[in-house]
Amino acid sequence: MMTEIQYKRNFSIVAHIDHGKSTLADRMIEICGGLSDREMKDQVLDSMDIERERGITIKAQTVKLKYQSRNGNKYELNLIDTPGHVDFTYEVSRSLEACEGSLLVVDSTQGVEAQTLANAYLAIEADHELIPVLNKIDLPASDPDRVSNQIEEVVGVDATDALKISAKTGDGVAQVLEKIIDLVPPPTGSERSPLKALLVDSWYDPYLGVMILVRVKDGYLSKGMKIRFMSSDSSYQIDNVGVFTPKPTPIERLTPGDVGYITASIKTVAETPVGDTITSDKNPADAPLPGFKPSIPVVFSSLFPTDNAEFDELRDSLAKLRLNDSSFVFEAESSAALGLGFRCGFLGLLHLEIIQERLEREFGLDLINTAPSVVYKLHMTNGQSLELHNPADMPEVTQISFIEEPWIKATILVPDEHLGGVLSLCTERRGEQLDLTYAGSRAMVVYRLPLNEVVFDFYDRLKSTSRGYASFDYQLDGYRESKLVKVSILVNGEQVDALSFIAHFDQAEARGRLICERLKDLIPRQLFKIAIQAAIGGKVIARETVSALRKDVTAKCYGGDITRKRKLLEKQRKGKKRMRQVGQVEIPQSAFLAALRTSDT
Amino acid sequence: MKHFGIYIHWPFCESKCPYCDFNSHVEESIDEGRWLAAYLSELNRYANTTSKRTVTSIFFGGGTPSLMGSETLGEIIKAISDRWNLWKNAEITLEANPSSAEKNKFIEFKQNGVTRLSLGVQSLDEDSLLFLGRKHSVSEAKEAAVVASEVFDRFSLDVIYGLPGQSPTKWKRELAEILKLVTTHISAYQLTIEPGTQFYRDKVNTGGEAVEKKMFDYTYDLLEKKNLNAYEISNFAKPGHECLHNCTYWTGDDYLGIGPGSHGRITKSDFNYLGLETYATLGIKSPKKWLENVEEKGSGDLRTSKLKPSERIDELIICGLRMAKGLDTGKFFSQTGISLYDVINKEKLLTFKERGWVKQNKDTLFLTHKGRNFLNYLAVDLLA
Repeated sequence: MMTEIQYKRNFSIVAHIDHGKSTLADRMIEICGGLSDREMKDQVLDSMDIERERGITIKAQTVKLKYQSRNGNKYELNLIDTPGHVDFTYEVSRSLEACEGSLLVVDSTQGVEAQTLANAYLAIEADHELIPVLNKIDLPASDPDRVSNQIEEVVGVDATDALKISAKTGDGVAQVLEKIIDLVPPPTGSERSPLKALLVDSWYDPYLGVMILVRVKDGYLSKGMKIRFMSSDSSYQIDNVGVFTPKPTPIERLTPGDVGYITASIKTVAETPVGDTITSDKNPADAPLPGFKPSIPVVFSSLFPTDNAEFDELRDSLAKLRLNDSSFVFEAESSAALGLGFRCGFLGLLHLEIIQERLEREFGLDLINTAPSVVYKLHMTNGQSLELHNPADMPEVTQISFIEEPWIKATILVPDEHLGGVLSLCTERRGEQLDLTYAGSRAMVVYRLPLNEVVFDFYDRLKSTSRGYASFDYQLDGYRESKLVKVSILVNGEQVDALSFIAHFDQAEARGRLICERLKDLIPRQLFKIAIQAAIGGKVIARETVSALRKDVTAKCYGGDITRKRKLLEKQRKGKKRMRQVGQVEIPQSAFLAALRTSDT
Repeated sequence: MKHFGIYIHWPFCESKCPYCDFNSHVEESIDEGRWLAAYLSELNRYANTTSKRTVTSIFFGGGTPSLMGSETLGEIIKAISDRWNLWKNAEITLEANPSSAEKNKFIEFKQNGVTRLSLGVQSLDEDSLLFLGRKHSVSEAKEAAVVASEVFDRFSLDVIYGLPGQSPTKWKRELAEILKLVTTHISAYQLTIEPGTQFYRDKVNTGGEAVEKKMFDYTYDLLEKKNLNAYEISNFAKPGHECLHNCTYWTGDDYLGIGPGSHGRITKSDFNYLGLETYATLGIKSPKKWLENVEEKGSGDLRTSKLKPSERIDELIICGLRMAKGLDTGKFFSQTGISLYDVINKEKLLTFKERGWVKQNKDTLFLTHKGRNFLNYLAVDLLA
């Protein structure tokens, strides 16, 4: 039975990590009877292990709820759970486009965090009705008054009627559902208009092929219909139409206001870009829905198998992941030091970490990754311009007219006792302060920062300088010309491609020196002297020497010593197998990792 | 000729030296009769399977085996010659300390069958002896050496160099003194700080790499001039005076380990397939437990384990390359069934040859003096 459009409500939940978004979703599903107890796992919406462990959602997920309101009417509620991280801002904005309102969930023991703020702004941009919800009121540290004041001050939303709930105990959750009915406007749209459906997200299902999560704006979707993706003009025939309850459940058709899925024998998610408009092939819409952007990787890093023999396995694993994640790109790369691997592009650092973790966990691979790098725009003297994804590919300096680097606008919320450390960190990273305001005892600072300064252990530093109390969010903020240089690391005169990096001229020397110092301690002494140099072009800016081994021999080896010596040899040989050869010099993998991981202190 | 040695471990000392990581203990009273019975019982056990072999050497090590009564030693030697075929030229070595009490027993030891004495003088410098925790003086060391050289045709001095603060000049003077006492065999060890020793706990440093290297080179040069050839990393001998028993270890021939914590290697033909199996035996380390086990269970073994082919290969290579004559390719093949050049890294071998660290003859692979300095490093690479 179709629900009339005025009884539909589409909403999303905006919250910082761990503020209780998924728990609240679980309670609402329970109240509406979406799943039996047996099926009810905690946090049903986060289906991947990694998501559950990290408490973040990577894919948008949705659930359709049937709700009997106290006003006597039956409603159909669609909850769209958005991906929960800064790397997925665009995906979040598309999920929000599929709804008319949002719950602004804030942990009443913590207060507003950077991600709350960033996502709340996205919701406001999407014209959402925002319903403030103060969660975790069952905890002794809960301070709803302070937090509702903070919501008003920082987010600028009226929080006088903020709901006080505990998603954990279920207290107040029913009122949340009532509030949604009252405040979130019903969708608009006409079934008779040409089809316009927003592609909210897509993922690969081994049995059904690509499943596409859609929100119908106008027209309808039904089985057998021929549809067209407006960004690529490619057409497919719909195999299945359904909704998530949250189990995928086939239905006849999706009409305006509906959120559901379609399948159309599509092989890869790359064919179904998030934010695209799906229309009817026979009777297409005049114009797509606004806001479509193809996803562009912003952070690049190279992945190499620790054991070179695992290259094929790595390639297959990457291909499998890409089936389900088109925002991540990779191409084969050959490094003199690290062998064969892949240069990979990610939406951000978290995205990088997730992919790497999945490769190691789900595919059992052991990987080395090079320092993350951003995309630089090189303007060449011959008038050409090109994008640089890998510092190793940097052309001759003489051919470059100027270089631009990506900047971000970062919002950091931090208790004021840690503000000093955060400010000096931002300054040290070439940041420009845009704003500094206080809300209670928390400061909100907005900085413009070069992205390449953020990919160098910025999170770790921010965490340690604020003892974990700072929250951080950013959005890309265009490109700017900058005095950037490539610093090469040379070991006995041979360039180690995997260790070269791009840095601002003013910081190049200090960073080069640091890496040389690190390597000096990490490269074991060998039978000859080893020179470690950092250089910009032909100019050496730092140098360290690993002195030659003068002797390495055991004085005594009799009957009682042989077993021990043999075991020592076995251990050393194992270590040797994990070394990488640069010219004559053997460099342990740990040296690559350590030199790269903390390229700054 | 295939050697077959028997090592007898006497685990007791009058005091524990701070550099020593051997299995040695200080005990108030020792029931030597019980110990003798236990050694004989263990020899009987091994004789069951190896009595057809010819014993080429016996080595009494420790601990301080010269603290044993000479009759006890004599009983053990006699038991071995009863149960095995004891080669007529068998080398029977005893380790001894240069205390006056022990010195007076040298003739008795000889009468009871000992043919070779290894005297642990360690240093001819009073301060160094003190540092090394030795209980004897320089003059006692010298006197004992004189007596030993008079009593035994084959005798060796043990010395340690590379002590903290020891200058190459000082070592040169000491080495000159040593050469006045011995002309046939010297074991000259660089001080190494082994885990589990007092020096290790005290975080004692050795003399430093540069100085040690200098002393190492000087020692080689001088001793070679005196016709004492470096037949192994730390062992120098006049031709014919090499320690047969120790060469048994380095060439990968078999030996029995009798006594607490002692190691043995026994190779058996395996008739199921064309190959040899080498077993590593290890005695219980605690003297008390070893003794009890021998008495009550008839065996002092902690375990016997079959070496994997790769383990056997590793041992043969790290031991063989210690010797000046190096590895005998024919012997290696007969011991493993694999050609030496099939197991070592050819590229590395080529590099090391070019650098003058390794040399090859028709039948042997050996390290040059320069290369022997880096033996551990080279072995890892050659076996990588």
